[in-house]
Amino acid sequence: MSDPGADLSTAPATPVVPIGFRGWLRWMWRALTSMRVALVLLFLLALASIPGSLFPQRGSKPTEVNAYLAAHPKLGPLLDRIGFFNVFGSAWFAAIYLLLFISLAGCVIPRTRLHLRALRARPPIAPAHPARLPGGIAWVSSLPLAELGPQVLVAAADTLRAKRWRTDHVELNSEVAPKASGFVSAEKGYARETGNLLFHVALLVLLVGIGIGSAFGWKGQVIVKEGGGFANTVTQYDTFTAGRLVNQSNLPPFTVHLDAFDITYQAGGPQNGEPLYFAAHVTSSSAPGASATSAAITANHPLGIGTARVYLIGHGYAPHVVVHDRQGKVVFDDLVVFLPQDGNFTSQGVAKIPDMTPQLGLQGIFLPTAVVDPVRGPISVFPAAQDPALFLSAWRGDLGLNSGVPQSVYRLDMTHLSRISIKALRPGDTWTLPDGSGTVTFAGVAQYATLSVADDPGKGIALASALTAVVGLMLSLSVRRRRLWVRVSNSGSGGTLIEVAGLTRADSTDISAELASLVEGLRGVAPETKE
Amino acid sequence: MPSDATLAQLSNILVYASMTAFTVAMIAFAVSLAAGRGKVAEVVAEPALVGGGQAPAPLQMPAPLLASGRRSGNVGMSLYWLATTFLALGIAARGLSAHRLPWGNMYEFSCAAAFAVSLVFLVISLRRDVRWLGIFVVLPVLLTLGLAVTVLYSTSGPLVPELHSYWLGIHVTAAILSGGSFCVSGVVTILYLAIERIDRRVAAGLTPGRLGFLVPKVPTADRLDTLGYRIIAFMFPLWTFAVIAGAIWAESAWGRYWGWDPKETWAFITWVIYAGYLHARATIGWRGRRAAYISLLGFAAFIFNYYGVNLFVTGLHSFAGVG
Repeated sequence: MSDPGADLSTAPATPVVPIGFRGWLRWMWRALTSMRVALVLLFLLALASIPGSLFPQRGSKPTEVNAYLAAHPKLGPLLDRIGFFNVFGSAWFAAIYLLLFISLAGCVIPRTRLHLRALRARPPIAPAHPARLPGGIAWVSSLPLAELGPQVLVAAADTLRAKRWRTDHVELNSEVAPKASGFVSAEKGYARETGNLLFHVALLVLLVGIGIGSAFGWKGQVIVKEGGGFANTVTQYDTFTAGRLVNQSNLPPFTVHLDAFDITYQAGGPQNGEPLYFAAHVTSSSAPGASATSAAITANHPLGIGTARVYLIGHGYAPHVVVHDRQGKVVFDDLVVFLPQDGNFTSQGVAKIPDMTPQLGLQGIFLPTAVVDPVRGPISVFPAAQDPALFLSAWRGDLGLNSGVPQSVYRLDMTHLSRISIKALRPGDTWTLPDGSGTVTFAGVAQYATLSVADDPGKGIALASALTAVVGLMLSLSVRRRRLWVRVSNSGSGGTLIEVAGLTRADSTDISAELASLVEGLRGVAPETKE
Repeated sequence: MPSDATLAQLSNILVYASMTAFTVAMIAFAVSLAAGRGKVAEVVAEPALVGGGQAPAPLQMPAPLLASGRRSGNVGMSLYWLATTFLALGIAARGLSAHRLPWGNMYEFSCAAAFAVSLVFLVISLRRDVRWLGIFVVLPVLLTLGLAVTVLYSTSGPLVPELHSYWLGIHVTAAILSGGSFCVSGVVTILYLAIERIDRRVAAGLTPGRLGFLVPKVPTADRLDTLGYRIIAFMFPLWTFAVIAGAIWAESAWGRYWGWDPKETWAFITWVIYAGYLHARATIGWRGRRAAYISLLGFAAFIFNYYGVNLFVTGLHSFAGVG
């Protein structure tokens, strides 16, 4: 498609007059596979991608989509209905790229056939008078044609073959002078069309690779606290998406355990608080009971288990909260995941303790390096846990866990709760609730890692085809298809006329250098005679 | 061994020195271009030297016609080499001061991009006489550097862990070099549109217009068109590779090779538009002016991906280090 090959186009020179249904089909097929329509589809594809970059997308930023819908109650649902929040999964986006790929296939298949035929065909015969072509060169040598002609043609054919031209050598014909003549025709640069076809076929294969990935691939995200772990089953993931053809009950049964999370931050300077290094130290095994191996997952270095890979995509703090009831019985003892709100890890989280009467909800802000700002209130000024503090507010009442409505683990449903008190805790502090219903202890703080686990069986195909496409592109954009002819004939004065010329198919490319080098060699065989 | 802070300071001085040299080069190129202005009427069309069976040597650019213009053009080229050397040293000093590849934030990307544009121009200048192009290339270079030192500046420092990867060297270098080439090609294409417009005016019996003085100074519309195309044809595979390298890196960093992050989306859009350009040049009815507009649209998409997406759209590629 990227070749100026009007001569290779499969489109008819004059529009086909559609006759009946089959005529229409044929017309539609011709139109779809024409370069003009392909161009329009290409631009539509670019245009259709734009909203996907300007509006939040459900796949990557679901919370922002909801925020947008809430902020734009009129426009939001309209945009939602036409798929602006899921552009790359929308029907119209798929329609554009599918039509484009059909058009591509319709172009590539006939061109492959033509190209295979061209690869087997002989180079075209020389024009009667090559010197009349632009850039053509001619000279006369005094030796007679019958003697010199074959020598020149052999020399030309040998030189061109040595330079990997495909040549066709036609001996002097038997006709007598003045019409006796012979020629060598040569063609080179078939790799241009080979590369061009390779590129387009590779794009088709790339689409197949993407398709395999979306049908057989799966991806899960899970928060793992230090000392905790997960097994690769759907229920253990916080979010899980899988292709249509994935057997979700039969995922590879590996397990991953987070031994420790390690992080260092830049202290001081303009980049104060920027992370310098982080790593999740894990122990994994390919199946329950199989031998365990230790590894560190860092940015850019996922852990491979079988065909799946485990990526570290986030981290945060999980304060250790212990709650005793009035009788001193432990009713809650857990690391509570707090979600970071800013670069210094000012974090928010909640703990729900249903096993008390009335039920207890704790809403908190965790600060790794706590400062109480007179304006902004309690905030963290450094992301490392240098001076941690936990600000808790306690709520009593009905947590609403039995209402049947699914709840976020990061938010309290305040409908049937009332606040009883607030308190700032340092590690080790215990807070006796003012109504005497129990105590809350901030026992310490651990870290958690957000791990993403993914398996994309199509990515190898996608990579191989993408790299093939680059090779094809380089061939099709750098190689030039060109033809050369050498013709020998009677000069009319008893000598030999040698004519050399070349043509290129690509516009404004230059074969004068190749022509000159050939001529130089031939002048050695057939020196020019000044008349 | 000088301290990191000294090196960072040296880097800044070198970048300012390069900007100074670029500015003087710009003046020299402007003098070269203006020399002989107003004498357009006297310039007779070059006689066709095509006879004698010699093919016209493609893309051999005309030298500026007047001696005065040639001399200042040469001064401009020398200064351009000097400025580019300063910039290269400035970038190197920045890298040494931070102990890493010096492309980790927008200030550093911009310096590298300005260097890439200059490098592409200088490489072309080794093969052809492109003194006429100097002033048009130095303008975007100065604009890029000006924005870098004023709006985008950030002090030298370590990289966030996400950028600790050898793919930074591969992916970002390929992207910056492609961008530099797209920029030079874009400049040539704008010039093509200007000359093509003058040609049409003249053909319609109108005066060449205010830009008429350019005609004897720059190549013909056809040659400009071809040069703009050649640069893209040469660099489009590199851009394709830059996108693929980014996808490979994304796979190991974020667990997917393609996720329609805004940066990825605009890289895709840029790619599709340039692919359209390459097809358009091979399609009757789209050649020439229409193809030129598509090429400029591709460059606009690239620029939006750099400034627009980095500064105004949040995504995973938020490494601008601005603000």
